[in-house]
Amino acid sequence: MKRNNLTLWLAAIPVYAFLYIPLIVVIVYSFNDSRLNAEWVGFTLDWYYKLFNNGEMLLAARNSLIIAITASLLATVLGTMAGLAIHRYRLKVLPVLAFTPIAMPEILLGVSLLLFFLQVLNLTLGMVSIIIAHTTFCIGFVAIIVRARLQGMDDSIFEAARDLGATPWQTFRLITLPLIMPAVAAGALMSFTLSIDDFVITFFTKGVGEPILPIQIYTMIKISVTPEVNAISTLLMLLTLVLIILANRLDAGALRGE
Amino acid sequence: MALLELRDVTRRFGDFTAVDRVNLSIEAGELFTLLGPSGCGKTTLLRMIAGFDVPDSGQILLDGQDIANTPPEKRPIHTVFQSYALFPHMTVADNVAFPLKMSGKAPAEIKKRVEKALEEVQLSRFAHRFPHELSGGQRQRVAFARGLINRPRLLLMDEPLGALDAKLREDMQRELINLQKEVGITFVFVTHSQDEALALSQRIAVMNQGKVEQIGEPSVIYGYPANRFIADFIGKINLMTAQVTQISDNDMTLEIDQLGTTTLPLKRGVKAGDQGVMAIRPEQVSVHALTRHAELPPAHTGKVLDFLYVGDVTTYIVELDCGIRMEALLANSSPGRARFFEVGDPVIVSWTREAAQFLMD
Amino acid sequence: MNRLRLTRWLVSLPPTLFLLLFFVAPSLLMIVTSFRYPGEFGGLAPLSTPEMDLAEGGSGLYGLTLETYRFFFSDILYAEIFLKSFAIATATTLICLVMAYPVAMLIARSTKKYRNLMVLLVVLPFASNFLIRIYAWMIILGPESTFSHLINSILGVLGFEPVMLLFSPFAVLVGTVYVHLPFMILPLYTNLEKHDPVLLDAAQDLGANRWQRFWRVTWPQSLPGVFSGSALVFIPVLGMFAIPDILGGTGDILIGNLIKDQFLGTRDWPFGSTLSIMLTLAVLSVAGLATWFARSRAASGN
Repeated sequence: MKRNNLTLWLAAIPVYAFLYIPLIVVIVYSFNDSRLNAEWVGFTLDWYYKLFNNGEMLLAARNSLIIAITASLLATVLGTMAGLAIHRYRLKVLPVLAFTPIAMPEILLGVSLLLFFLQVLNLTLGMVSIIIAHTTFCIGFVAIIVRARLQGMDDSIFEAARDLGATPWQTFRLITLPLIMPAVAAGALMSFTLSIDDFVITFFTKGVGEPILPIQIYTMIKISVTPEVNAISTLLMLLTLVLIILANRLDAGALRGE
Repeated sequence: MALLELRDVTRRFGDFTAVDRVNLSIEAGELFTLLGPSGCGKTTLLRMIAGFDVPDSGQILLDGQDIANTPPEKRPIHTVFQSYALFPHMTVADNVAFPLKMSGKAPAEIKKRVEKALEEVQLSRFAHRFPHELSGGQRQRVAFARGLINRPRLLLMDEPLGALDAKLREDMQRELINLQKEVGITFVFVTHSQDEALALSQRIAVMNQGKVEQIGEPSVIYGYPANRFIADFIGKINLMTAQVTQISDNDMTLEIDQLGTTTLPLKRGVKAGDQGVMAIRPEQVSVHALTRHAELPPAHTGKVLDFLYVGDVTTYIVELDCGIRMEALLANSSPGRARFFEVGDPVIVSWTREAAQFLMD
Repeated sequence: MNRLRLTRWLVSLPPTLFLLLFFVAPSLLMIVTSFRYPGEFGGLAPLSTPEMDLAEGGSGLYGLTLETYRFFFSDILYAEIFLKSFAIATATTLICLVMAYPVAMLIARSTKKYRNLMVLLVVLPFASNFLIRIYAWMIILGPESTFSHLINSILGVLGFEPVMLLFSPFAVLVGTVYVHLPFMILPLYTNLEKHDPVLLDAAQDLGANRWQRFWRVTWPQSLPGVFSGSALVFIPVLGMFAIPDILGGTGDILIGNLIKDQFLGTRDWPFGSTLSIMLTLAVLSVAGLATWFARSRAASGN
């Protein structure tokens, strides 16, 4: 079987390279002392300095953080409830509601929410609309992760707790919650990552007010490309790297659950 | 007053009636078993007693009070689940302490009682281990300790010995009986294993398709099954189609297919014309070598077709000359001697009048 | 029983209500909107107002209408764009499948220790911002980059004119493949991991060579994973707009770009909604087809 694996390795390595080389290029050029992303001139941290002095960018980062924290909190609470309910009561409707936003192209959700906020709710597009939008598609992710964890457990322990004198609330607090906590935490981290990185849905629901990080990056890419983009990209990559590794430590199956 | 009384308890799931007007009462301190094949309703009944399901009609009385609508955490009834349901994120000690914590006992008292409980099941060394570090038998003992620690009125057990291997099962059976004698708590088992039921119980309720077919002591259930289903379900039995032809004050006459006529002691409620089976347990069938005429009625002759040797006993399958096949169980009383008869040996088969029973469906 | 039923409602109601409000309602709204007239300054015309009555000197355009759908089906342009989107989606899916399969097989065959690491390595690029991944290709395919120079010198040697790699359908395709590759790798790997190696041994025992073993044993069993992965790639690519927007030229518009223009450019909301409905129908039919394939596969028994 070893010979078999050799051909596989030969075919797989280029794919892994394909996945990583572009990102490495971005990182490397963020330290490049040249305005053009063309050749290596020299090492510099200029672009990072420029970044930290860019008021608009910092504001965008702050806004994105606020949105991500709020949306992931909301999505985690609602998604955990959804995951629990779907598993325990074998619901038919809720899974469809929760999982369809994930399966559909993002643009459909973005556009329909745009219409909804402006037409029905008369809500000015801004931080609130983005938070709601992000929560909507993150609920499904959390629900999947929590449900997967529940499916791997012996269901009779919850009845056993009730049997031995625990009220439903005590059962939840002492038995259910501790046992699903890794999945809940992994779900929260995933939601945070998805929210910070989201572009399409944010694009439609942000309105004209506050700057948001991915949109800032988009504007920079379209209008004036400087290695500042590389710098912010590198920093963002670092952040998501840490978050994903953390999520993986907590619940390794979470990523495969998709 | 009985400890637990079920009156006309019924539970339906759509068109399917899982429990059909069940009536039974369980005395304090008893070892009671609900026995029946899969789907007979015994688990549904157990869940209703524990509180995880509510009967559609009927009453469940504990010490005279109807608890049918009381939630499980408020009932002084605990359950040992088939999978033991130990809390995986808690140590053995914390698992056993759980019921005491739920009833709000002081930490000092909890500690003392947990220690004692673990001693009772010989698991003191494992107090700080986690369930996944224990063997199946050890986990079961933790489940028992946990279920008994705050002395519930009733302990329910769902197939408690099913997951254990044969030797362990026997040990646990003995331990269970001793435990019950010491602690004095009423036990209710649910099982489909008639061996377990016969070995452990003081009384058995045999269930089939939602109904209770018979309640009684093991020897009565085994020796005098109420109907064909029970006779067939519990232990092995020889069944021969028969019809009642005549009734008199003390006797009844049966016409048995292929075998002929026989007279048995009158069974209550039977009338002429009733169809059913004549039933005889294999161990009550005598088999002798055909060397001389026997004078035991009714005697029949035949040949040994096959046998099954299992160490302590041998089952002989005999084909009578009239065509009927019967099983006879003989103890291998002489060591080293595997069997008394060879295939093809001519034999006389007989049984006493009292051993045969007439059963209807 | 009230207790248990109460808990059930308490737990399932909040997420259900939230999703009904912020997912179902907007979707229904979009359907209704596609049947309305556009407003004079963008947005929507009111459903009913006498001011708009022709008799009063208004434009007469209010209420519900099928105008947008008529418009959609009248111009061949839209059919072309839909076809283009389908073409890119199909191409992306096939390329992803070919690239993903060896990686998925490798991960499935690795020992448990390495497996987690290898999966993580696949997921990490996915975790970085979507725009960053596209931007990276802007750099690599840009006319000034080393890669471009390399390709063009090769082409020069072969006697061809130098090509602009960026702002082309080629760039869009590279972008879509790059962004969606992990979505094909993960479901495939999850499926392949469950295969019983004994079957391969049995096939070898019966004389099958490596290619036959793959084609007759591994491939059929992996089909559910192939379908999942394909759906996870095809559907998002259908609705894509950022990649053509950044990596594509002016002629490389896909459905997503059209929709974006209608909502944020011309502000013709009804037409934008109509396009979105059409996209949704396309997505549903693809999903339906995939499910039907998967089911008939299961029925024919493999």
